[in-house]
Amino acid sequence: MTLLDTHIGFVEALRSAGLSVSLAEGLDAISALEKVRWDDRETVRAAYAATLVKRQPQRVTFDAVFDIYYPRLVGDGVRAGDTTDEEAEGDSAPAGGPRDTGADLERFREALADALAAGDQQALQDLAAEAVGRFGAMPGRGPGLSSWSAYTSLQRVSPSELLDRLVQGLLAEGLDGERAQRTAGRRIGDFTRLVEGDARRRIAEEKGPRHVADVTVRPTIDRLDFTAARRSDLEEMRREIYPLARRLAARLTKEQHARRRGPLDVRRTVRASIATGGVPLTTHHRPRRPHRTDLVVLCDVSGSVANFAQFTLMLVFALREAFGGVRAFTFVDDVVEVTDAFRPGADVVEVMDSLAASISHAALFGRTSYGRALTRFAEAHPDAIGPRSSLLVLGDARSNYSDLALPVLADLAGRARHAWWLNPEHPRHWGTGDSAADRYGEVVPMVECRNLAQLGEFVHEIV
Amino acid sequence: MTTWFESADDAAERLRAAGYLTDDATALTTYLAGALEKPLLVEGPAGVGKTELAKAVARATGAELVRLQCYEGLDEARALYEWNYKKQLLRIQASGGRDAGPDSWSETHDDIFTEEFLLTRPLLTAIRRDEPTVLLVDEVDKTDVEVEGLLLEVLSDFQVTIPELGTVAATRRPFVVLTSNASRELSEAVKRRCLFLHLGYPDAERERQIVTSQVPGLDDRVAAQLVDVVVRLRELELKKAPSIAESVDWARTLIALQIGDLDEATVARTLGVVLKHASDQRRAVTELKLAVR
Repeated sequence: MTLLDTHIGFVEALRSAGLSVSLAEGLDAISALEKVRWDDRETVRAAYAATLVKRQPQRVTFDAVFDIYYPRLVGDGVRAGDTTDEEAEGDSAPAGGPRDTGADLERFREALADALAAGDQQALQDLAAEAVGRFGAMPGRGPGLSSWSAYTSLQRVSPSELLDRLVQGLLAEGLDGERAQRTAGRRIGDFTRLVEGDARRRIAEEKGPRHVADVTVRPTIDRLDFTAARRSDLEEMRREIYPLARRLAARLTKEQHARRRGPLDVRRTVRASIATGGVPLTTHHRPRRPHRTDLVVLCDVSGSVANFAQFTLMLVFALREAFGGVRAFTFVDDVVEVTDAFRPGADVVEVMDSLAASISHAALFGRTSYGRALTRFAEAHPDAIGPRSSLLVLGDARSNYSDLALPVLADLAGRARHAWWLNPEHPRHWGTGDSAADRYGEVVPMVECRNLAQLGEFVHEIV
Repeated sequence: MTTWFESADDAAERLRAAGYLTDDATALTTYLAGALEKPLLVEGPAGVGKTELAKAVARATGAELVRLQCYEGLDEARALYEWNYKKQLLRIQASGGRDAGPDSWSETHDDIFTEEFLLTRPLLTAIRRDEPTVLLVDEVDKTDVEVEGLLLEVLSDFQVTIPELGTVAATRRPFVVLTSNASRELSEAVKRRCLFLHLGYPDAERERQIVTSQVPGLDDRVAAQLVDVVVRLRELELKKAPSIAESVDWARTLIALQIGDLDEATVARTLGVVLKHASDQRRAVTELKLAVR
């Protein structure tokens, strides 16, 4: 491949991964590359990033694609006679020796433990390459058929078994327990990522970058499904909630501002025109009264949708000012009010804990029953919904084939000013199995809401 | 035609001399913005030195800094140019005596749309200047969408069209820096015209260097302790993570209080300098297991 081919392939891979890279930006990237030296890979990366990436959440995707198209090294680096930036590998990779023997594994894990203890990024990078090369090979029958597996390498090396040893080492260095645990976890996580990256690189070499770029690119955090999120993703999402709420609030005030210009205030306009000799250069307007609704949130917190429920509740409460008042209820088959958990200025982590605690109160028999929960809600809090309030139901509408209490919901929706139902499932699953989404959907408009971006859009629309 | 920086290394070197420590990517992007004569859009959380970067470029290159602070409701009249209506009115009234003929009106008409009555605002000022200029468009995400349209002409062609006067093109292209907290997504059109740089929190080593260079009297050991605590605070789930500006403030506080050792009690006592939410402070105290008075 020539450089130009690589560039064009790279740009196209970015486009198919969801970055909008225009022709003009591609040309900018080339003129930027003309201005820098190419001997440092990070320089090339930075030059591409400056011209092609226009939004920080895209950066992860960009880096993944960049690593595939501009790999750090080719094959095993030095052993293959390549002249990339690898020289340090020589002592740990005897050329042509037997691969993947028990003794080698022992020796490798020793080296890994040392590198992890020292936190040496360069050594870890080299070891990751070695781990995939030595333990992750899946030989194929012909050229282009062999492959590499990060999973197999990690299974063989099992860096997590080194965790305790690493923690002990860090404790000896004088870190306190919790911190040592966290540092150790982070370093092992880094190593895992390096191994995954190296496997991707080798597969890309074998099968061509296009193939890998299509397969491995992960959605950015705000497009990631609530139900598909891993634990670390959830933490990252939680960090996103407040910035998201702030962005939404800023957008709201701006839009309200734009709409606020009411009728002409003649008195003020005339009075102001005195300064310009009676010519009314600036007009003054009466402000418009903002009108706000109360929001009542009914939230399914059973296991399957708990994550989704927490995010939505957090976001709604972070936007408290946009509503007249917010009341929140959680349910599984009984209803509990959790409005108190969201004191102004409350701590995110505490709120999450108290929400988790409320789940045990909300479950009377332990099986989700929308019908029972709705009935209980209508009985216990008849004053909650009035003509000024909007009702928001959160849940996947999977009710274990129990009574749906459709008339109760219809009555609640009828009393409220507006009513919506947010469903974290894809619409194609609505109405399958025990999902009553289609039947509830006839009573209350049902909205698909699977990730932070959709959630943000929806909340913006209702306020 | 100005060359702003010779190379990325040159940019890093001269920015450091101007009191701004960069990482490699920042230096390279800054250099490219000068070399390609494209505006530079800098995004990142508050207090990581976005505005400071523009000021440092001005200091390092000996250019004048023209600053346009954006806010909600910013309009053409505040950003580009405005006609001095009051002066124009005066001019008309002064010329329009009872004995004035029809000729005098057309004369006056031509008269009142000249440079004399033009009030230049930052964007036009930056374009008309003959000396090297750094144009800082600060917090561009705070403006309304319409202002972006106004910026487009300036950013892509470095010219401004005034209906009564004609087009004013830049004699010398300014070095343009736009900063944004990403509280609103900027339009694709603006982004396409800019180079993009995300400034995040620096790594511990660079932050220590920044703090010691900004606060010269600080003991090295205290600086290391301070950065260590700040890095840990950023790992917590806080509403507002401490920024570089706040770690520098903290260092200054320690100097002012003449504290030679940042122990737990001191951290707990001066936490208000870095954390501005009551709930964040509570969280920090419990997570860092600080001894509360």
